[in-house]
Amino acid sequence: MITLLILSEQAPSRYWQELQQEKDEAKDAGAGEGNKEPTTEEAEESKTPKQKKRKFKEKQDQNQDKKCISGKSDPFPGKARIPEDRLQKFKRKEKIKKPPHQHYKLRTMIARSEEASEMAQKQAARFDLLLPEEAGFLEGDEGEDTCLVSQEDIANAVDITSGAKHFNLKLSQFGPYRIDYSKTGRHLVIGGRKGHVACIDWQSKHLMCEINVMESVNDVKWLHSESMYAVAQKKWLYVYDSNGIELHCIRKFNDVLRMQFLPYHFLLATASATSFLQYLDVSVGKEVVAINTKTGRLDVMCQNPQNAIIHLGHPNGTVTLWSPNQKEALVKMLCHQGAVRSVAVEKNGTYMVTSGMDKKLKVYDIRAFKPLKSYFLPAGASCLSLSQRGLLSAATGDIVQVYRDVWSTPVTKPYMAHRVRGTVWGLHFCPFEDVLGVGHQDGFTSMLVPGAGEPNFDALDANPFRSAKQRQEWEVKALLEKIQPELISLDPTELGHVDRATFEQKHEDRVKALGFDPLAKVKFIPKFKKKGRSSAGRVEKRKKQVAHEDQRDIIRKAMEDKRKTEEERKNKEQKKTLLSSQKSALDRFKK
Amino acid sequence: MKVKVLSRNPDDYIRETKLDIQRVPRNYDPTLHPFEVAREYTRALNATKLERVFAKPFLASLDGHRDGVNCLAKHTTSLSTLLSGSCDGEVKVWNLSKRECVRTLQAHEGFVRGMVVRFCGTSFFTTVFTGLDHHQKEGVFATCGQQVDIWDEQRSSPIRSFTWGVDSFSSVSFNPVETELLGSCASDRSIVLYDMRESAPLKKVIMTMRSNTLCWNPMEAYYFTCANEDYNLYTYDMRYLEKPLVVHMDHVSAVLDVDYSPTGQEFVSASFDKTIRIFPKDAGHSREVYHTKRMQHVICIKWSADSKYILSGSDEMNIRLWKANAAEKLGVLAPREREAANYSQKLKEKFQNHPQIRRIARHRHLPKSIYHQTKELRVMKDARRRKEMNVRKHSKPGAVPVVSEKEKHVVTVVK
Repeated sequence: MITLLILSEQAPSRYWQELQQEKDEAKDAGAGEGNKEPTTEEAEESKTPKQKKRKFKEKQDQNQDKKCISGKSDPFPGKARIPEDRLQKFKRKEKIKKPPHQHYKLRTMIARSEEASEMAQKQAARFDLLLPEEAGFLEGDEGEDTCLVSQEDIANAVDITSGAKHFNLKLSQFGPYRIDYSKTGRHLVIGGRKGHVACIDWQSKHLMCEINVMESVNDVKWLHSESMYAVAQKKWLYVYDSNGIELHCIRKFNDVLRMQFLPYHFLLATASATSFLQYLDVSVGKEVVAINTKTGRLDVMCQNPQNAIIHLGHPNGTVTLWSPNQKEALVKMLCHQGAVRSVAVEKNGTYMVTSGMDKKLKVYDIRAFKPLKSYFLPAGASCLSLSQRGLLSAATGDIVQVYRDVWSTPVTKPYMAHRVRGTVWGLHFCPFEDVLGVGHQDGFTSMLVPGAGEPNFDALDANPFRSAKQRQEWEVKALLEKIQPELISLDPTELGHVDRATFEQKHEDRVKALGFDPLAKVKFIPKFKKKGRSSAGRVEKRKKQVAHEDQRDIIRKAMEDKRKTEEERKNKEQKKTLLSSQKSALDRFKK
Repeated sequence: MKVKVLSRNPDDYIRETKLDIQRVPRNYDPTLHPFEVAREYTRALNATKLERVFAKPFLASLDGHRDGVNCLAKHTTSLSTLLSGSCDGEVKVWNLSKRECVRTLQAHEGFVRGMVVRFCGTSFFTTVFTGLDHHQKEGVFATCGQQVDIWDEQRSSPIRSFTWGVDSFSSVSFNPVETELLGSCASDRSIVLYDMRESAPLKKVIMTMRSNTLCWNPMEAYYFTCANEDYNLYTYDMRYLEKPLVVHMDHVSAVLDVDYSPTGQEFVSASFDKTIRIFPKDAGHSREVYHTKRMQHVICIKWSADSKYILSGSDEMNIRLWKANAAEKLGVLAPREREAANYSQKLKEKFQNHPQIRRIARHRHLPKSIYHQTKELRVMKDARRRKEMNVRKHSKPGAVPVVSEKEKHVVTVVK
């Protein structure tokens, strides 16, 4: 019998043993770095004693390898690490500069609130791991171009439900169609130019209503939920129920060409052919403001989802930004050398994509108002739409092209392309699905665009699977949280900043109230005196006396300040001459 | 080619049966939730408005005394028991949950000026001396009249007497944290501090007007608040009596009684001007004012030991039970209710300095007399300030020194 002698009793090495080695190395490196710590002592001192105690305890826990009952030590000690980019996603603001040491109450308050913020940030980043869905993708094989993949191929390659999301509605009778998806992405309203309006639950293909309004239709838009939609007809603005019943005919809004709905403000913004931009509060039913933009026919419009600002494109190549609080445009940007054909703003509010008659497609950083990229399209893009994950769809004639990552890497060819059966009139990505809706002359087409939709929705915000009861509850809460139109501005976090100008004013008032009034302008009311000493002339004389006294005070103070500045200046000059008069050994070499 | 299109299984997102709760998948990505600040601000505004809607602090009035209620005493161990002494010598024991009187005793022939429950909760003391307080742990109590006496329960004469040349003391109070310390208010406008173990008083601070009562902060060992005749309350640090820590100004008539909340964060004051005010411990102005047409001069006040209720005894023979937080829902709250209440509270705190929210949160209805009196006092104060400014302006610089509001009210400290 041959017995094998195992020379080394070592068990086969496991992947965590490498990590253990690394950790030991890190510890040694940390011990070496410990010598550098005295320089960071100042940072330590600024912490309160309780914080120091807590940090010390944390370090202790980290350093000790906690032993389990079985005697083995945890191969991954401490809390799970959170990747930096995920942590960065949930960061709201930079840490603020700490106030000086004497404001100890303020310091502790700020420190506590920042700790709470950090904890919330970490918790949210950890929760990210639990998100159920992942985004779609389309990758071609070697040598295969994704833009040559046809919709039929994709529909055949995916499961039945996804394949059913690609369909065509052949409606050639009633003209090119404008479309809109509701906020949850479940419902679709299509409006044909010759008056055919229909709303559909497009996933189950259930027809909610279908009417013909007997007039030309310029645009259709869902209001806050799938129960009401607005149709901009030839003369006036109409609001219909999801059963097709006409609810309102709003005659104040005439010749409306384009509409945008601001969901958190319950405002319907309309752009008319008479160059008026009007805002309608749909919860109360009142017109908030009608702004005369004085720029001609407004038929290019889009909204910035982050700050509810309306972007309008004009025939002279400018894009203007509007808020209901100002009668003039907030910003006017010259974007193209010809007319602007279409504008789209990304959901994060950072990038704006515009296309113009000069056949260019430009990408701007809308926060800094800087142009980033400029592309040349051989035929120009008549419609633009941006998806939730940053895919850009551009339509030229009857071809729809989808581009990926237009703002970071320079794009040479489209991600996907599709030809529809008529000129494209409306383009809209479906909110939480990988679907692009195209309204054209021959009806409606639903295209599959893998990777377009946001995979994980927040049920408290927009839930495509909500029941009727959930929708009612959501509607009530949304109405209670409705933001007033006065708060719409370029910076949506303006409410969170301290208004420094009026703060200084108030500080001055407070200083005044304490009795140290440097600029006291208390009006002098002369006391009423008897025996004719309060006649008009005498009263005026008394007032003038006090006024002259005050004037003398002011002059005296001004002279004092002047004298002081003069003295300082003289001292400075003297010091300078002293320094320069000091002789150095090299002076003899100076000419 | 590799392709994946988003397809959600409805079974994962819709509940199985009608008896389940709805599924609510969350995504905390900030880009899915725009306008965070504006929405939170709107919620805070709604919460503030609703707080004013639900602010109904008056709970009950305990009827039964036949003369004005002069003093109240909290039971040390039972939350639902209250003892009250009236001006005709009657002492009543109340059950607060049933809101009825349990026992009535004729304790004295004159005013019942002082009343306190022993720490064990089995017995209580009443007196016609001007003030009375019991030690937290030992069988020792202190009274004040012509002088401050420390008595042992078993003895019939005081074990120690403290005098400092003052003819009468109006109230005495034991420090609940440092149990050997005492404070008393004297008629020469001073507050005298004693240590029970020593033979002479520690020190005293003389103010511009007389203090009526004194109350120690149950959480901070050195702080006490005194209710003064000049319409203010002063919080002092026992160690530095040169100037008060905070001057609490809001009453329009003499402040008669003060009591701290068991949390030590707030206190309530009763005043001759028919109102009760609740002050935070470090704020110069009140956060809440309670008044009723039927409530006349409030003589005594107590904050209940669970920090939820305030009991006030007033001149018109009634004891009233109020909520400490006017808009609070009493009783057991469901977990979601509690969460919602905490969230609203935090939002209100976060946005409390925004002008619109501050305006709504501060708004209180005041009886006409108090409203006009407040305005008049403000005019008088402004006039005094203007006069002082003019005097300073027209005199030699430095001749009229600037005295801060806090220092103005203290005359001297005597050791």
